[in-house]
Amino acid sequence: MSKNTKVRIGKTEWKNPVTTGSGTFGSGLAMTDYVDLNRLGAITIKGTTLEPRPGNLPPRMVETRSAVLGSVGLENPGVEAVLNDIIPKVALYDSVLVVNIGGSSVEDYGEVAKRLDTSPDVDAIEINISCPNLKKGGLGFGTDPEMAGSVVKAVRQNTGKTVIAKLTPAVTDITVMAKAARDNGADALTLCNGYPGLAISTRTRKPILGNIQGGICGPSLKPLNMLHVWKTSQAVDIPIIALGGIMNAEDAIEYILAGATGVSIGTGNLVDPTTTMKVVAGIEKYLEESEFEDINELIGLAWKK
Amino acid sequence: MLELGKILENRPVAKDIYEMVLEAPEIAKAARPGQFVNLRLSDKLDPLLRRPISLHGIDPEKGTITMLYLIVGKGTAMMRDMEAGAVVDVLGPLGNGWNCDFEGRYAVLIGGGIGIAPLYPLAKALAEAGKTVELIVGAKNKEYLTDLSLYETLGVRVTVTTDDGSAGIKGFVTEALANSIQEKICDYIYACGPLPMLKFVEKLAIANKKPGQVSTESHMGCGLGICLLCPSKVTAGGYKRTCTDGPVFEIGELDYE
Repeated sequence: MSKNTKVRIGKTEWKNPVTTGSGTFGSGLAMTDYVDLNRLGAITIKGTTLEPRPGNLPPRMVETRSAVLGSVGLENPGVEAVLNDIIPKVALYDSVLVVNIGGSSVEDYGEVAKRLDTSPDVDAIEINISCPNLKKGGLGFGTDPEMAGSVVKAVRQNTGKTVIAKLTPAVTDITVMAKAARDNGADALTLCNGYPGLAISTRTRKPILGNIQGGICGPSLKPLNMLHVWKTSQAVDIPIIALGGIMNAEDAIEYILAGATGVSIGTGNLVDPTTTMKVVAGIEKYLEESEFEDINELIGLAWKK
Repeated sequence: MLELGKILENRPVAKDIYEMVLEAPEIAKAARPGQFVNLRLSDKLDPLLRRPISLHGIDPEKGTITMLYLIVGKGTAMMRDMEAGAVVDVLGPLGNGWNCDFEGRYAVLIGGGIGIAPLYPLAKALAEAGKTVELIVGAKNKEYLTDLSLYETLGVRVTVTTDDGSAGIKGFVTEALANSIQEKICDYIYACGPLPMLKFVEKLAIANKKPGQVSTESHMGCGLGICLLCPSKVTAGGYKRTCTDGPVFEIGELDYE
């Protein structure tokens, strides 16, 4: 590859724009038969919280048209276990390590960030202020600019590492949320988490998911998030990591043209565990065959004059 | 591993039940009884996810795997309509598989409905290990029964129960299991079938202090243990992943409440 695929997200440099959607890739360690973790721009690992969480009642998943409605409920062993047992192993790979965090109070977020800040292995913290699955926090934080800002601020005050705010798509004007995150210290944004949704069974005549509502993920989200990326990239000057229905390199490149600096593969990992590798190779090929020398020249080209 | 499997055969074998044979030599070499594969049935985006199907046959010499499947939804209906020569994207072998080594001589295998599917490779392994094997099959009626002679060929004693008495004993598999326990021809139990059946099998097993394993199922996201979308509730508290911690669990491990 003679052309440049490196991008900057906050203080981190990614060797290419590709990362993994938190919760769709585990820690990456179970994916090594299918993915060369060293080939990823960044590995974004499963979200963690201050205390261990058992997660939501099953069923946690139902497939809808070209999408998955999921509701894991942040099942994770807690930040201490993640710091001790998982992060040092993932850090052995030559990719930027992003740790996704969740919480049900502003103090929780700040405390998790403080703990992660002690690890030299952690490169960036992605704040889930948009998880649509939690009864407490979650959607409440993600749709109120003031509350979202206070979460970002609490994390910012507890770490010098790159801070990425992951927003919910379920808002009237995403640029308001994006500005609130930036103004409170976010270095970058992930757009977006799953869109809140519901599925009903005609057999039981009740909601299918144990948690009733879940987050819609997968290809049917792509045009929704594409518009969010398009608008946000013109409204704020911090980099955007696009997430939502990326199944191949073409989807990823569309997001880059819409204004994304990074691209995150979520549901695509479930459908084909090698998706990230195909996207990395496809972006390289596209760039190689284009007249451009640097992937950064493609960012936002769809709206740039 | 990922392997493109060519369909060698795909045919109806009972009401709503089909059998598909795939040429997948690498997976056939690696697979153990009780494991499953996750099939991507087309490159289209709907249905989106892979479909987990347990292995009914594993033949490392011929390089084939066999799936016995019941038509329950969009995915299995697509499988039914696929023809020999077509290619399926196969992820596997996945899951932990059965423990084929137990103390004692007598194994009782219980298959409820399509739950019989993962029992054939187990019956074969146990018979080859010199165990005395009984298979108890439960079906709605005789139309849902698949050919059981392949078990008899292995020297397995087959007991059939149906809900309506159209074949075998009228009643539930648990009644047949109770008989086997009473006749002292049950040292270890293996069961696969609907959750209510597994629950009653476990109740009977625990009351009679019989060890064993059950294989459960769930809709799955990845099959690789990463997405946490297929939880099985466990008595120790919390959840385990059906795909990689299971699909086989020890009797007493699952919380059915």
